[in-house]
Amino acid sequence: MNHQVSHSAQNEDVPHSENARRQFFLKVAGAGAGLALAPSLLLQQVAHAKTADQAVSKEVRWGMLIDTSKCAQGCDDCVKACSEGNGLTGHGRPETDVQWVRKVTVKDKQTGKVTSLPLMCQHCEHPPCVDVCPTGASFKRDNGIVLVDKHICIGCRYCMMACPYKARSFVHEVVEDQKAHAPRGKGTVESCTFCVHKLDQGEQPVCATACGEDAMLFGDLNDPDSALSKRLQQVSSTQLRADMELNPGVRYQGL
Amino acid sequence: MKITYSELKGKSPGFFIVLGVLAAIAAIGLGSAYYMEHEGHHVTGMSNQIVWGLPHIFALFLIVAASGILNVASIGTVFGKKAYKPLGRLSGLMAITMLAGGLAILVLDLGRPDRLVVAMTTYNFKSIFSWNIYLYNGFLLIVGVYLWMMMERKMQKYYPYAGFVAFIWRLILTTGTGSIFGFLVAREAYDTAILAPLFVLLSFALGMAVFLLYIIIAFQSCDRPLGDGLLQRMKKLLGIFVASVFYFVVVYHLTNLYLTNQHAFEAFILLNGGIYTFLFWVGYILIGTIAPLAIFYHPTFGQTRHAVTLGSALILVGGWSLLYVIIIGGQAFPLEIFPGKEVIESSFFDGVVASYAPSLWEFLLGMAGIAIALIATVLGTRILPFMPDTLDDAVVNPQAD
Repeated sequence: MNHQVSHSAQNEDVPHSENARRQFFLKVAGAGAGLALAPSLLLQQVAHAKTADQAVSKEVRWGMLIDTSKCAQGCDDCVKACSEGNGLTGHGRPETDVQWVRKVTVKDKQTGKVTSLPLMCQHCEHPPCVDVCPTGASFKRDNGIVLVDKHICIGCRYCMMACPYKARSFVHEVVEDQKAHAPRGKGTVESCTFCVHKLDQGEQPVCATACGEDAMLFGDLNDPDSALSKRLQQVSSTQLRADMELNPGVRYQGL
Repeated sequence: MKITYSELKGKSPGFFIVLGVLAAIAAIGLGSAYYMEHEGHHVTGMSNQIVWGLPHIFALFLIVAASGILNVASIGTVFGKKAYKPLGRLSGLMAITMLAGGLAILVLDLGRPDRLVVAMTTYNFKSIFSWNIYLYNGFLLIVGVYLWMMMERKMQKYYPYAGFVAFIWRLILTTGTGSIFGFLVAREAYDTAILAPLFVLLSFALGMAVFLLYIIIAFQSCDRPLGDGLLQRMKKLLGIFVASVFYFVVVYHLTNLYLTNQHAFEAFILLNGGIYTFLFWVGYILIGTIAPLAIFYHPTFGQTRHAVTLGSALILVGGWSLLYVIIIGGQAFPLEIFPGKEVIESSFFDGVVASYAPSLWEFLLGMAGIAIALIATVLGTRILPFMPDTLDDAVVNPQAD
């Protein structure tokens, strides 16, 4: 691309003196470099979108801060958006229907403070589900997202035994009307993917965008300049079951 | 007198009736496995809260018993107790068949049993489950070689070595089975190393009880003599095993009772857990521990064959109850996701005791595993000389070292 740009420029404006020639060269080189760098700078801005053949990077670690003071009891916009966005249809059987994100309301035993919050896969740095999976179907992407490889999950449910957050669901029934971006299958285990298909296109998870109160701040934990990192530096946040030292990617404010 | 072995004749109507009934149970169980697989697991009692159910109780029961059954051979080979040596062949055979029955249940309960080949070829070596696949397959192979060396005259000089390897392997195997639970950091019932030795001792007790029941029934059915002296000797050892399991169960619960954050879980199992409390106190403690010990060591009744049969059967009930309490009870108790807080609302059953009502399908699959193990045992003894012609006390000399 650089090459073409410099050629066309040369044809339009042919310099005569040596000085002018040097200035022209510097301008063309600058423009070329700018053109070359522009897309990558642009990509940085839109949440590290990547092309399909580009590998995910360890330099990014996706995470989320949930401000529980903004999360209204009784509101389940994030849950609905998740179900719709990922094609999760229930069968009216709450004990066996899948749930990738759920609303939980808790009360402090001592103070009586009531808090409502969404709970989903916490995308741990050291995920117990990945440790116990016999086939390696449970895995952590380089960018911190914990996923299930549907091709090699044998449906043993050991990961569900291991998860401290009960974040995983087993698909108990035949799946219909699947979304192309969220392949699912009866007899395998699944959980929140942080809407990985959207992240790869530079977009945000649907729960975060669906939250009318902006209670879910999504971003790159590794980037000190991201809005998420800046907020985490300013406010105190909680990890669920911090005693286990799993370093979850999801943090809660006001819990 | 020299011990001789022979195949079952297998010509009597009784032989075919037994095989026919077992085959029918196995076929019905395989049918229910197909139904569960076809419809999806929502037709079972299992859910996203209780992810392992009745099939896993049956499977672990058989797997744990399998490794324990091999003890009979090990006591003869590794510890040199002559009275146990005639039982070595049958012990090895049953160790293989019981394990096969247990594994059949586990595999058929997978969400994707068709992906067994994936489980056999794709490994995550940090997973204790992966290690167990190696341990189970290795056990089948090692015990197979052990049996071959025991039964093939030319190889007999090597069989003590094979017996030693098999003994060590079986200890590691049951440690691995217990660690499937011991390595689960998130749940109050698990996350403790004591589950490994508890499972090892439980295997000693269940294995010996299963073996005793089998030889009592099989020798009587085949009209082969079985001496009460030998049974009494094995019964005494079984009593020690039962008491040892009890010791580990007591230590497990005492440790939890000392830790304040485990009090709610202990109250659930010991006091207010409904079916789990009932199975613990009545199933495991009363029926599975106190009753068999009282029967075994009763001065008069304890000396009879009925005492051995009854006591062994009660031990199986107790072991089954204990596994139910550990496996299902451990999952039913709610996960502590928010320490210091109580859950007042959740769409996913957070903070409440999970309910579990086993379905008929799960039960039938479990029974199929037992049937498969027994069919393989009966056919094995029909095809090859695993069973001694006589275990009369005059031949075996149960008082021998």
